[in-house]
Amino acid sequence: MIQTAQAEAFYAHVSTGGKVEADDWMPDDYRAAVLKFVEMHANSELMGVLPERDWILRAPTLRRKLALTSKIQDEVGHAQLLYRVAEDLGKPREQMLQDLLAGKTKFHNVFHYPTRSWGDVGIIAWLVDAAAIVSQQALRDSSYAPYARTMKKICWEESVHIMHGRDVVLTLMTGTESQRAMVQEALDRWWGPLMQMHGPPTDPAKDKDLIWQIKSKGNEQLRQEFLGIYVPRIWELGLTVPDPALAHDDATGRWQYTEPDWDELRSVVTGHGPMSQERLAFRRLHREQTQWVRDAVLGVAA
Amino acid sequence: MPDLVWEVFRQEAEGDPLVHGGSVRAPDEELAMHYAREFYGRRQESIRLWVVPREAIVELDDPDLLQPPFDRSFKRPSGYLIKHKLEAARERAGAPAIVAGSTTPEPEDVG
Repeated sequence: MIQTAQAEAFYAHVSTGGKVEADDWMPDDYRAAVLKFVEMHANSELMGVLPERDWILRAPTLRRKLALTSKIQDEVGHAQLLYRVAEDLGKPREQMLQDLLAGKTKFHNVFHYPTRSWGDVGIIAWLVDAAAIVSQQALRDSSYAPYARTMKKICWEESVHIMHGRDVVLTLMTGTESQRAMVQEALDRWWGPLMQMHGPPTDPAKDKDLIWQIKSKGNEQLRQEFLGIYVPRIWELGLTVPDPALAHDDATGRWQYTEPDWDELRSVVTGHGPMSQERLAFRRLHREQTQWVRDAVLGVAA
Repeated sequence: MPDLVWEVFRQEAEGDPLVHGGSVRAPDEELAMHYAREFYGRRQESIRLWVVPREAIVELDDPDLLQPPFDRSFKRPSGYLIKHKLEAARERAGAPAIVAGSTTPEPEDVG
């Protein structure tokens, strides 16, 4: 009964804007919800570098190669920061990596797809990162304070990535016809996954992550914000968004669009995307090959 | 095989406070320094880092000691409202010309 009263006081605290530190008492279900959220985020940062990694050796100039390598270092760094936040909640990092590699935990849908051209590098860095930063900015208000603080740092770094991506896209769009076509073709392939990325609308009255303010905005709100900022920026370059139903409804202030393919989303994030298994296999191989580094690091100090 | 958590504090400019940045996990001080530098200093955003074993931090967050419920305003400049008393005192003294600077507020409460 004491536990219940304590838990009720805790829920009241977080749902009215209160913050929680790692050492504070928290009920198990809140702890589990934050852990699941942060772990999935960490997994996504770690897996998200693989599509871009393929393009380091194919970057068109030395400056692009440096920028892309730097972005990839940032993203792996974000994974490290987030696993650090998650492990303080009680799940060892080793276990999180094992669960990821075994397909037991998820990572974002957009990282299950192949990259086919340099246009993809621009679209990913610009629009995938933009869609991500819309939700990440909302996480700077998270009730779990160590996560909120980490998101401030991550958002600051992500803003560089978006500029890098936009610069890649602008360079191609001011180039030759085939370069412009390359961007359009990349946008055509990425639009579906981008629209699925924030997930289907949820009922705010039932969404524990929202009630406990682990996150502060719902899926549909994030998608609307993304569309509001980025559709005009896409259009102004002469690109076409591959959705004939996409339009801003001035009466409601909302964007209308073709219903995203939620079956595809569910299938992809459960390991059935076009690159899911290949990427996980690569991570497993990479983890085996770098085991000696971790052994050396821990062994030297022993 | 130690595997410790180290808290990292960073300073952005000379004279600034050292602000908590986050934490890293490392088996020893040398690696903790390397990780801290990679995570909190690779963009030239810091001029100094403090790397502290988490276990060395002693925390006090007892509200009874830090946020006592009774009035503590006597400990702050803002706890003293002198405007009307000053006016009364001046009047009583024969309302001399106001000396420049005499109405300047006391230094603001930094708390």
